[in-house]
Amino acid sequence: MNKHILEIDRLNVSIGDDKIIRDISMAFSRKKVTAIMGPSGCGKTTLVRCINRMHELIPNTVVTGSIALYRKNIYEMNPIMVRREIGMVFQRPNPFPTMSIYDNVIAGYLLNGIKLTRSEKDTLVESSLSKAGLWNEVKDALHRRGAFLSGGQQQRLCIARALAMKPRVLLLDEPTSALDPKSTAHIEDLISELKETVTIIMVTHNIGQASRVSDFTAFLYMGELVEYGTTEKLFTVPDDKRTEEYLSRKFG
Amino acid sequence: MRKTSQHNPEDRNIRLYEALFKLVLKGAGVVMVTLLLALLITILWQSWPSIREYGIHFYTGRKWDPVFKDYSALPFIIGTLATTLLSLMIAVPIAISLAIFSGFYVKSGFLASAIRTLVDLLAGIPSVIYGFWGLFVLVPVIRKLELAIGIVPYGVGILTSSLILAIMIIPYAASIGRDVISMVPTELKEAGLALGATPFEVVTQVVLPYAKSGLLSGVLLSFGRSIGETMAVTMVIGNANFIPGSIFDPANTLSSVIANEFAEATDPLYISNLVHLGLILFVTTTIIGFLGRMVIRRWNVNQ
Repeated sequence: MNKHILEIDRLNVSIGDDKIIRDISMAFSRKKVTAIMGPSGCGKTTLVRCINRMHELIPNTVVTGSIALYRKNIYEMNPIMVRREIGMVFQRPNPFPTMSIYDNVIAGYLLNGIKLTRSEKDTLVESSLSKAGLWNEVKDALHRRGAFLSGGQQQRLCIARALAMKPRVLLLDEPTSALDPKSTAHIEDLISELKETVTIIMVTHNIGQASRVSDFTAFLYMGELVEYGTTEKLFTVPDDKRTEEYLSRKFG
Repeated sequence: MRKTSQHNPEDRNIRLYEALFKLVLKGAGVVMVTLLLALLITILWQSWPSIREYGIHFYTGRKWDPVFKDYSALPFIIGTLATTLLSLMIAVPIAISLAIFSGFYVKSGFLASAIRTLVDLLAGIPSVIYGFWGLFVLVPVIRKLELAIGIVPYGVGILTSSLILAIMIIPYAASIGRDVISMVPTELKEAGLALGATPFEVVTQVVLPYAKSGLLSGVLLSFGRSIGETMAVTMVIGNANFIPGSIFDPANTLSSVIANEFAEATDPLYISNLVHLGLILFVTTTIIGFLGRMVIRRWNVNQ
């Protein structure tokens, strides 16, 4: 049994004339949290966007190399299937303002026109919201629009929406950068619980957050993978001088 | 040092300028309201003889016959509704498709800017030009169509006017729609795509619901243009003062009959009747504009 769910092989990404990702190869372990950190502009967001092919929305993006999900190259799969298997949560909470909380959770099914029975929907909504730690807060307001929720609650709603699709991998792109410290702590606790069910890859520019929640950490600098290993090792005895300097906040 | 003292908020001059500026702005508002009221009063005043003379008959009669002094607005109300609604039915689907295309699918590049320029160009053409084009191109085409289906080949009529109106309002609805659609937050579109939705599913279930209040205001503006458009319609509607039986019949709208007959109306009551038609148009557009605003406010997601 291969413990790696996702393998990136010699990935190069350029947008126009700018090389964003330089020859990155790395593998992600199943049901673990991997943090990708690095200074602004190091390519970490581009890297995760390549994993569910969201980079294809940006014109003039050229990608070489491969990313394999269970040994199957996602660039040879239908992008729509890739995105169902690999969910994503964005920097800024983005629940659909035209939908109720209930419909937001099952939005993936609604959008894709997948029919569910009433009881399937109810179960899915309750279990997804419970996993996202939001059920008790919203169970009496499921059919209202989510505009009255706080930023942290909205972000957990977005996590519930992604989990409802039962993805194998969940990408979190700086999920707490727009949130206050209390909501951030709540989401961090949630991430540690979620790895029981799903593999998590999270981008963060918060060094503390990477050390608190991740099992593995990758350090990116100028589009290169500088160092990748267990979080414990990377934070205590980094191999590379640049990692050490970044961790001691000498730059970035 | 003089310069800094000028920016001191305690300076009396600054307060005076502020007060004057506010007064000018307020004055502009007052002028607008006064103009609107003055317009309404004039129209009411001028149409009063007609209201007193014909009363409800003006809305229930079936003829507008200046020779026998039998006046009713009903043929024109029906003509106006028919041309306006038909033109919206033709224009709105095309305009929204254009708006989705240039506001969602092709936002930049040669094709996008070409479409944008052409649409804006179309919006700026004077309506009399559309009328000419209608007479020289559209009328013969409709005449052939009418011959082919075996009905009286007028060429002019409700369908011809609606087509011309549709061509005239598409640029309005499309350019407002495009702006509204391109303002839908990227995060929402990405959220939809990241859930595995196709671009079509994102458009129909994320973009359009979000943009619907803005799209409606585009439709409403088109409606206003369509219901009040005079010149082009007068040229191609056929100017018939009876209730049209089908969309191929010649007819008249409230505005086209005013334009057509105002110059030859000498009898004061005749003139008053024409102003009365104008009153109907004025009240209808105001009410519809008002209702539209209410719906727009209710549909707005960012309230």
